[in-house]
Amino acid sequence: MGKLQRIMKKLHNKSPYFWIGLFMSSVAVVWAVLGFFWTPCSTTAMSAAERFQAPSWGHLFGTDNFGRDIFSRVMKGASTTVLVGLLVVLFSGGFGVLIGALTGYFGGILDELVMRFVDAVNGFPSILLALVMISVLGSGRHNLILSLGIVFTPSFIRIVRSEFIRLRDADYISRARLMGVKKIRILFVHILPNILSTFSVSVMIGFNNAILAESGMSYLGIGVLPPDASLGNMLSDAQGYLMRAPWYAMAPGLTIVWIVLGFSLLSEGIRRNAGEVRGL
Amino acid sequence: MKRRISVYFMTALLLMTALGGCAGGTQKPSEDKSSLESTVAENSQAVQSSQETKADGTGEAGYGGKVVVGIQQDMDSLDPHKATAAGTKEILFNIFEGLVKPDPDGNLINAVASDYSISEDGLTYTFTLREGVKFHNGNNVTAEDVKYSLERASGLLDGTALISSLSAAKGGITKVDILNDNTVQVSVSSANLELIYSFTAAIIPAGSGEDPEAQPVGTGPFSFVSYKPQESIVLKKNPDYWQQGLPYLDEVDFKIVNSADTALLELQGGSIDIYPYLTDSQATELQGKMDVLSAPSNVVQALFLNNADPVLKDVKVRQAICYALDRDSVNDFVFGGNAAVVSCAMLPTMQSYYEDLNSVYGTSGNAEKAKELLAEAGYPDGIDFTIQVPSNYEVHMETAEVVADQLNAANIHTTVVPVEWETWLSDVYNGRKYQGTISGITTDMTPGYLLNRFQTESSKNFVNYANAKYDETYAKAAASLDLTEKAGYYKELQKLMAEDAGTAFLSVPPITVAIKPELEGYTFYPVYVQDMSVVKYK
Amino acid sequence: MQYRMTKLIGKKLITLIMTLFLVSVAAFLAFQIIPGDVVNAILGTEATPEREAKLREELGLNDPPVVRYLHWIGGVLHGDLGRSYRYSKSMNEMLPVAELIGDKLPVTLWLAALAVFFIVVVSIPLGVFWAQGKSHFLDAFLNVLTQSVMAVPSFFLGILVTYLFGMVLKWFQPGGYVSYQKDFAGFLKYLVFPAISVAIPKIAMTARFLRNSMLTEKTSDYVRTAKSKGCTDRQVMYGHVLRNAMMPVVTFLGMIIAEIVAGSIVVEQVFGLPGVGRLLISSISNRDFPVVEILILYITAVVIVVYFLVDLLYRVIDPRIREM
Repeated sequence: MGKLQRIMKKLHNKSPYFWIGLFMSSVAVVWAVLGFFWTPCSTTAMSAAERFQAPSWGHLFGTDNFGRDIFSRVMKGASTTVLVGLLVVLFSGGFGVLIGALTGYFGGILDELVMRFVDAVNGFPSILLALVMISVLGSGRHNLILSLGIVFTPSFIRIVRSEFIRLRDADYISRARLMGVKKIRILFVHILPNILSTFSVSVMIGFNNAILAESGMSYLGIGVLPPDASLGNMLSDAQGYLMRAPWYAMAPGLTIVWIVLGFSLLSEGIRRNAGEVRGL
Repeated sequence: MKRRISVYFMTALLLMTALGGCAGGTQKPSEDKSSLESTVAENSQAVQSSQETKADGTGEAGYGGKVVVGIQQDMDSLDPHKATAAGTKEILFNIFEGLVKPDPDGNLINAVASDYSISEDGLTYTFTLREGVKFHNGNNVTAEDVKYSLERASGLLDGTALISSLSAAKGGITKVDILNDNTVQVSVSSANLELIYSFTAAIIPAGSGEDPEAQPVGTGPFSFVSYKPQESIVLKKNPDYWQQGLPYLDEVDFKIVNSADTALLELQGGSIDIYPYLTDSQATELQGKMDVLSAPSNVVQALFLNNADPVLKDVKVRQAICYALDRDSVNDFVFGGNAAVVSCAMLPTMQSYYEDLNSVYGTSGNAEKAKELLAEAGYPDGIDFTIQVPSNYEVHMETAEVVADQLNAANIHTTVVPVEWETWLSDVYNGRKYQGTISGITTDMTPGYLLNRFQTESSKNFVNYANAKYDETYAKAAASLDLTEKAGYYKELQKLMAEDAGTAFLSVPPITVAIKPELEGYTFYPVYVQDMSVVKYK
Repeated sequence: MQYRMTKLIGKKLITLIMTLFLVSVAAFLAFQIIPGDVVNAILGTEATPEREAKLREELGLNDPPVVRYLHWIGGVLHGDLGRSYRYSKSMNEMLPVAELIGDKLPVTLWLAALAVFFIVVVSIPLGVFWAQGKSHFLDAFLNVLTQSVMAVPSFFLGILVTYLFGMVLKWFQPGGYVSYQKDFAGFLKYLVFPAISVAIPKIAMTARFLRNSMLTEKTSDYVRTAKSKGCTDRQVMYGHVLRNAMMPVVTFLGMIIAEIVAGSIVVEQVFGLPGVGRLLISSISNRDFPVVEILILYITAVVIVVYFLVDLLYRVIDPRIREM
């Protein structure tokens, strides 16, 4: 048994996952943020003469069926995708903390009701739920964010709630209560900071799931729609040209993999640093 | 009496994915053709001629076999009178026939009728039934069946016209009389040169329209076998077909493909043999591996402008948009240069009716002129403009991307909003709540249908075009019983519309079909059909 | 004991019915809000006011929503699931929803069965092997590998599988789906690659889950006891650790099964499979309410029943839970 734990311990101290993940996700974020303001070529300029060019120095990832530079479009697409992921996490994480904190700390009937609801929603495959919501709201970027945000909120509620339940009876909290600290203060000043490492891991996982959901729905044509570039709808366009221009599909696909892998390695690193051994 | 030609025969507007072929002109196909047509028509003629040489040799090799045709739309109905989607009618063409039916040259030929005559005043049609025509259930077609079918389609049976151009209120059928066992006389409410096209309405067995169990039974070259939603519709050879020697194939499967992209994979892999809706880049990809044929379609694609919009109400703004469009490059990017750029709601292939108005706004874009006009209209800094596009039509989506780029260059700050087809139908087409939208309108054989919708009060006038002179001229055209006079009025209508910039017409896209090299005989029609009866193995 | 079980099942059954009812109301309400009208969707641009009116009458759309809902649910309770608005059975009849879904369901179920088979066959040995912690390098390798696999979106995986096996290696024919009624063997053969696409990320997840679960078990007291009693590593591993570690994995597998059976929408789309997922998407966009409503109820029921079965299995395996 000693050997394994020693390995684990070594990993705690260094955790290469953390560093690799940090590197990959930073590159992704910088790239995506940069894509907002600047791309090497125009993302919309079309050129009949330059259709389906294989990757070269001029066009790092080649060109698409309109002769547009895929590298630039992937950059733009990544910014859309990352932005959507970020807003979804902000939305669902924000509401998750609020509702999870209140129900976890106070319990009672409200808690019971909310958890019933959370269980019901969690059981449903998230993409299906988002699909139904998007049909009600109509497709497009804003509605996509809203639907995914709503769909992802319950899992945050659950995580935050269980952390609050764990901590609400801790000694230092009981003491704070005895000292007459206001409830709001206990919730958000005393407890909240202590769940940050758990929470940050779930934020990253949530972010990844949001990115995967966004690209999946855009691929199905119900998420971000052209002319807005998103990695998902680029892939759906590219699918038809797999034989002729495989790079067209590979560029957005591998970009998604890069972003998601970066954040999951990072979250794994954080988890290992925190010394937790968890399922996923 | 107020007359309106509203010919049913044309299908749903703008089923771009379901383009109809158009090889010949409407009335006089032998006259000189436009340059675009002659280049593409060579293809189709080559195919046709190879078919003609072998068509009459029964017993010759080439019979038998099965073909899988990829289609993009699911069937909206199995009832030939109720079906409205172009994608459904193209298939039902193989099962059902009317008294008359279109041929590849754009003429009507006799089908269930062997002959017909129209009275001097244009109010009475007398049809003689062809001897020995059988339904797929083995029964002979009787005068009763014909009477039933026409009454059902025109609404005489239960008050609801399934084919609106046949309804008495729209100048259609008021009475159907059986003169004898093989003669039927039809009275119509107003004389109309284009009404005969509506008699392509399917003839079905009497009573089958109310029988809940009835499977589609017609007189066409193929009979119905089965239909599985989202998968396929299977037809088999009708051995009793009245046209000697047809069809060649034993079985035709129309397979509903998932998307244009998978269709390409399936073509390459061999799980479909014919696919009629290739985009330009797909066609290039298949070049050499498949026979790729192309002909002008019967769709006019346009950036439709809502004339009632507060900003677009100003004719100068609409003209500015027309000037800003570089329609040549739309053609290059989206259709590989194979579309015919037009400036009016008419197909160039309908030569005697078509007016070439491309010089009015030019075809290569004039951003300066557009900015000038905007300034004159009181918008020196340009305008904001929203284009709604039905997102399921890839061609329209691609066009929108190109067009937005061009408009932006002329200070028309354009946002493209993709909407679902069903939302498009209810909000844009029926609700008329939009600024601009890209889609297409189609006609099958009658030129009037394209112009009809732009009358001020037309229920299909979704661009809210309003011009009293237009309405007046249209009424004259409809009343005219002389083809040349009618053509003159039609040309005038196109001119009026162009001057008002009532809508920014773009082009008539090509229809491009991929066919497995082992097959021959595929024939383009000026209507929206997939005629499988003439297709055969080499 | 017997009584307690019956009571439990009864309780769960009531929950199931309540949930289904609420979901059906929610879906019905959603359909009242969705823009676009089924009559428009059916008649397209050829609609005339009289045909619209007739169709509205035929579909019973003139009744107030509450009446329509009661009418619908009355039918469902009598075993009549209604008819599709969109798909025809014959010239004049629309296709009964039960028939339509019954036709598409086997595709999804077989896909799920194949996928689950791959998941179980690969992930359990992999997880056990991994948990043995043979070397640091291997551990890290498997860790990164599974992380990477899980980072691949399902549709991209589908595209990669299509490209690699379908177009480069030509092991299967992309889009060449064969109906199961026509040629069952061909049908299964075509499903293999979609099933692999569904399975790959789940294999990675399950293997990780099993490995972690086993590592946790390994450090527990009973393992130490067993070892001190002289059991070999092998005996401990398979006799004790695996069995206990499997428990959470069973739950996890249950969730995965529910997810796949509910419709692998994306994979069905990529591979052109006419399963329930694709039917759901097209029915939503066709505004084919009767089909959507039943599909949503089906998915809800599947999810609840699978969870319940997992729960039940748990109680059978682990007597401790019965007391709770």
